[in-house]
Amino acid sequence: MTYLDHAATTPMVPEALAAMTAELGRVGNPSSLHGSGRAARRVVEESRETIAAALGCRPGEVVFTGGGTDADNVALKGLYWARHREDPARRRILISAVEHHAVLDPAAWLAQQQGAVLEVLPVDSLGRLRPETLRAAIEADPASVALISVMWANNEVGTVQPIAELAAVAREFEIPLHSDAVQAIGALPVDFAASGVSAMSLTGHKLGGPLGIGALVLARGTVPVPLLHGGGQERDVHSGTLDTPSIAGFAAAVEAAVRNLDAHAATLHALRSELVAGVLAAVPDARYNGDPDDRLPGIAHFSFAGCEGDSLLMLLDARGIECSTGSACSAGVARPSHVLIAMGHDEASARSSLRFSLGHSSTESDVAQLLEALPPVVERARRAGEIAAARHNRS
Amino acid sequence: MRVLAAMSGGVDSAVAAARAVEAGHELTGVHLALAEAPDSLKGKGCCTPEDARDARRVADVLDIPFYVWDLAEQFRVDVIDNFVAEYAAGRTPNPCLRCNESIKFAAVLDRAIGLGFDAVCTGHYARLVDGPSGRELHRAVDPDKDQSYVLGVLDADQVAHALFPLGGSVKTEVRAEAAARGLTVAAKPDSHDICFIPDGDTAGFLQARLGERPGSFVDTSGAVLGAHSGAYGFTVGQRRGLRIGTPAPDGRPRYVLDVSVVDNRVTVGPAEALEVAGLTADRPRWCGPAPAGTFECRVQVRAHGEAVPAAVTAIPEGLQVAFSEPVRGVAPGQAAVLYDGTRVLGSATIAATV
Repeated sequence: MTYLDHAATTPMVPEALAAMTAELGRVGNPSSLHGSGRAARRVVEESRETIAAALGCRPGEVVFTGGGTDADNVALKGLYWARHREDPARRRILISAVEHHAVLDPAAWLAQQQGAVLEVLPVDSLGRLRPETLRAAIEADPASVALISVMWANNEVGTVQPIAELAAVAREFEIPLHSDAVQAIGALPVDFAASGVSAMSLTGHKLGGPLGIGALVLARGTVPVPLLHGGGQERDVHSGTLDTPSIAGFAAAVEAAVRNLDAHAATLHALRSELVAGVLAAVPDARYNGDPDDRLPGIAHFSFAGCEGDSLLMLLDARGIECSTGSACSAGVARPSHVLIAMGHDEASARSSLRFSLGHSSTESDVAQLLEALPPVVERARRAGEIAAARHNRS
Repeated sequence: MRVLAAMSGGVDSAVAAARAVEAGHELTGVHLALAEAPDSLKGKGCCTPEDARDARRVADVLDIPFYVWDLAEQFRVDVIDNFVAEYAAGRTPNPCLRCNESIKFAAVLDRAIGLGFDAVCTGHYARLVDGPSGRELHRAVDPDKDQSYVLGVLDADQVAHALFPLGGSVKTEVRAEAAARGLTVAAKPDSHDICFIPDGDTAGFLQARLGERPGSFVDTSGAVLGAHSGAYGFTVGQRRGLRIGTPAPDGRPRYVLDVSVVDNRVTVGPAEALEVAGLTADRPRWCGPAPAGTFECRVQVRAHGEAVPAAVTAIPEGLQVAFSEPVRGVAPGQAAVLYDGTRVLGSATIAATV
């Protein structure tokens, strides 16, 4: 099996597995006042400090959530409600056109159900939101902007956004900017304080930690209205008994990911260069998508003209090579990617795409396996496309 | 063989796939997503997210790869738009037949063959028999479930690449087998209605797309009997839901005899006026070698009708059918499927009655 889908989820690193399993056998609710509770609380707080140190934020700014989607929803809905409550004129939400559904959908929901005005800002052909585009959108009516959300790096094509420049624009107008950094942590240097963003989402399982745990980093003074009401465990922004084992594993993974960042990124970069060169040599008309330079080191995304991405995925899967066509909805129906459409692809081109994503367990042999399997698979998928097109034209 | 199993999430396609696996074929399951806005179906009909999940669970149990293929756009163009256009033209289409012809055994089969599969397996009730001149399509043994009529549009090449593992079974056996195999869909109710009209309100569906086109009911002499909101909504042979207002002078039920969308008139009359001696049909499709000249066979003119004896003549534009005895309720747009005993010879689309 050749796993080339680390952007979907990546195996846990040994440090995280050890930290998590050590806690799984212990009892103690971090909110309890007795000894067991205090011991659990200590693990949680030390984990928070570890994460804060790794990300350049204060421990008090780390709010644990049930993952990236949870964090994004708290940021989008919670900050919209808080900002709108302060000033009802604030109705506009500005997001990039390449956001993950975890940002796109809550923003659309706020527009449909809560009277927000959603403005989806266009990106260039590499998938970047230009700071001047953001500035122009704000300047149309600065007082009406409730919040801005722009991802740190794109999960499909890997393009990195000029996040510090975008945050500087937002700060000029004193508007909070949230960034979904789920793909960035552990792949790029991320310094929360230096970046100037007001809120940032991350999740454990994309960086070698456990599933089901994540965090929303909230700068001081950025206080969302909670989505979940209950014990108020996390600064009253998020409720629910804290998951000590997952938090311990998450912190160990973040620490390891950031500590190993340079070496890891260099390894991934080298592997990806090999993969990209190999794919372009094997399939000369493949189109390599995204920013060629300023991108996540582990993601390689291609369009294969004349092929259905679904067909390619299925044929590769049958040969033990696992990759992705992008993001799938719950029914598993692959819609043409909004990210590629926003980058100027037509629907057919968007449907012809595959993402290969590398991670800490990837090897040269994985790349070699892919390069061996790919040419006949592309040829076969292309022929299937031609047969279907021929019948369509006949009828 | 490498077999692609179309898995709707229902019990039939689940058992069909299970039998194909057991027969030693190398299976891959696909669920066809045919609804462009599946949420609007509110859990009814076919190809909802719930059906996709059910199909996926069956694939899990069978331990076969499973994917969802999005054919919604093609389905809309080839089946739904065609359905509406046919009604608008005063004909009565059969969308299941159209789906088999242009989706399941065309778009899906083509893609499957292109991807290296040898056949497409479905849960249709029909039998495939190897005959002297190739693979033959026959009626299923369960007369209540027999779906050979809606497969009558398949040509010899399509039939050669089909697999129908349920043709020799009756439905109760299939359900029992699903339960015995531990398939979670064993007790799932059968789907009946047109899958893209889950509430069964075909008239409402058409009216939303074609609008109101008020017109008249007339009798065979041309006398106006009442008003309707669109001739396209009526089918030759229809008795229920006419709402003419004034009863027939003799008090007997009236039937739709003719639908004319050109002048928006629906002609009604007594049952015996429905009787026709024959029909002409176009778009012939043959399940084997195309016959020439005139030959005797049986012809079925609607999904749940009897096949009746007739003399069929192949003409350049299609077929001429002369029934041995007059037949009622022949609606243009429906398929005339030709049988020799249980064997399907071919089909054509009814153009007019004579």
